[in-house]
Amino acid sequence: MSAPETPPPIAGGATLTAEPTYADVNRDVLSTLRSPGNLYFAWMCVVGLILTCGILAWTYQIFMGMGAAGKRTPQMWAMYITTFVFWIGIGHAGTLISAVLYLFRARWRTSIYRAAEAMTIFAVLTAGLFPMIHAGRMWFAYFLLPYPNQRQLWPNFKSPLVWDVFAISTYLSISTVFFIVGLIPDIAAVRDATTGWRRRLCAMLALGWEGSDRQWRHYRRAYGLLAALATPLVLSVHSVVSWDFAMALVPGWHSTLFAPFFVDGAIFSGFAMVLILALPMRHFFGLHAYIRDRHLDAMAKLILTTGLVLTYFYICELFTSWYSGDHIEKASLFWRLTGSYSWALATMYFCNCISPLILFWKKARTNPVILYVVSILVLIGMWFERFNIIVPSLGHDFYPYTWGVYIPTITDTTIIIGSFAWFFILFLGFIKIMPSLSIVEVKETLAAPIKDTRHAGHH
Amino acid sequence: MPATTDTILGVFAHVDTTVRALEELKAKGYHDLTVYTPVPVHEIEDVIERDRPVSKVRIFTLLGGLVGLGSAWILTAWSSLKWNLLVGGKPPIGLPVSPPYVIIMFELMVLFGGVATVIGMVLLGRLPRVRASSSYDPRFTNDRFGVAVHCAAERSMSVREILRAAGAEEVRA
Repeated sequence: MSAPETPPPIAGGATLTAEPTYADVNRDVLSTLRSPGNLYFAWMCVVGLILTCGILAWTYQIFMGMGAAGKRTPQMWAMYITTFVFWIGIGHAGTLISAVLYLFRARWRTSIYRAAEAMTIFAVLTAGLFPMIHAGRMWFAYFLLPYPNQRQLWPNFKSPLVWDVFAISTYLSISTVFFIVGLIPDIAAVRDATTGWRRRLCAMLALGWEGSDRQWRHYRRAYGLLAALATPLVLSVHSVVSWDFAMALVPGWHSTLFAPFFVDGAIFSGFAMVLILALPMRHFFGLHAYIRDRHLDAMAKLILTTGLVLTYFYICELFTSWYSGDHIEKASLFWRLTGSYSWALATMYFCNCISPLILFWKKARTNPVILYVVSILVLIGMWFERFNIIVPSLGHDFYPYTWGVYIPTITDTTIIIGSFAWFFILFLGFIKIMPSLSIVEVKETLAAPIKDTRHAGHH
Repeated sequence: MPATTDTILGVFAHVDTTVRALEELKAKGYHDLTVYTPVPVHEIEDVIERDRPVSKVRIFTLLGGLVGLGSAWILTAWSSLKWNLLVGGKPPIGLPVSPPYVIIMFELMVLFGGVATVIGMVLLGRLPRVRASSSYDPRFTNDRFGVAVHCAAERSMSVREILRAAGAEEVRA
């Protein structure tokens, strides 16, 4: 293993604690699994209450029909598909951290990757609800799967919507597999350090992991191969989602720009969500020795970079519409800039293009409060980006008699807020059951214990 | 093969002492070793993987990926022949492949390849283990390294000697 990284000095002159040892890592990660306090239960109650409201709203919508969701022509893909794309995008940062940054050997990834991977799975699980909520009769959701029915009628594999089903299901499966494989050695460490029900559960889940050379040999190879498979997958998923739109002829959607544009936005919003989860984790679990300022700095730089790329895409989108000379495309763009939804466009430009610019300032990149505010603004901005793609484009297409303005209802708004509660309840449950900081990967970045220090660091 | 074999376990606190023990054992001709580490360590891997072939997991990945590609091609092509949905005057199946079906093929390749990789890891790593092996110690998932030597009973004294000389903090059978 290479020599230990010299920790950079913290702004403000605070002293750093010494580099943790292997045993410190086990102790600190296991301490996150202690019985939660009142604050945790208070959060659980709040989140549970919001989730209950969401479930009630969905029940009401099933009972009343899709009119309760405010869906009417022309905006049949209104807030649900917006939120679906939003949540799929959130998931991307986790896979980017666990697969792409793994292949690039970015060492700062190790202390956040577990939480980010869990976030990916929960975000995709949340996103997966929306096509069902949106389709109305979700008890027919199995129609999407390729199975032979009595008329030998198969899904149309030329349709982007079917590609999407395949892309999202594969993404969820591979992310889950990746997540579980990464957890195995950590669960074994928890098994060896605990007693009672958790020990029995972990003994079962760890598959009898012992860390022998045979196990590590195949494990390491398998992990690298999974990362290699997941890397093109993470870039393809949001591309396929973007083709749900780009393959249609609707003005404002029909663009070859969409695939990279969506992937970049997904990473942008995903890192914002990682920060929203990692900053409280660091604060409440006292993980300052592991999630250091340089980790925040690296994530902030990624948000800044993807934000600047996104700004470029926005300009490119405007230019392409204008330069196309297409009458209807230009009219749609003009309406988006000046019509009923111009406020949403302005919100998006402010949140996604202006607010991350503060991260050019080095102190802002390590200031938790500024990072938190920027992350929330980025999430708002990215939700509005999808809204601005879907709703105004559908509301102003080819024929004036089909134009229309969409007005949200209490039902669909409640379901969407409830989806955030669903996501957070899954995450809150996870951090108390499983190690939310990777024991093995954090140890890998520490200096291995050496007795004869004269020869240390010769690699 | 001798009638009785012993397993001698040395517990180490440091990487360099573990490496020293492994080098010494290998030099003396002990090759039936099990090394327990809390994390994969390059120095230790360098010694124990030196004369071993690369893990066969990649064959599982390759086969899984190819099965995924092939089955997706068959699924899309066969189902388009079953229900002929002509779009833009194009043939129902393009040869070698219709462009839209590449996406389905890619997704199933990744899915099958990933699942096969995990199956390979589980099978080759001899997981799941119902019972812990006799030389396992819970400290090996924390901060200790273990070297278990499987040797003939009459050699156990010299193995203990090697482990202790290399710097093991504990040696037991």
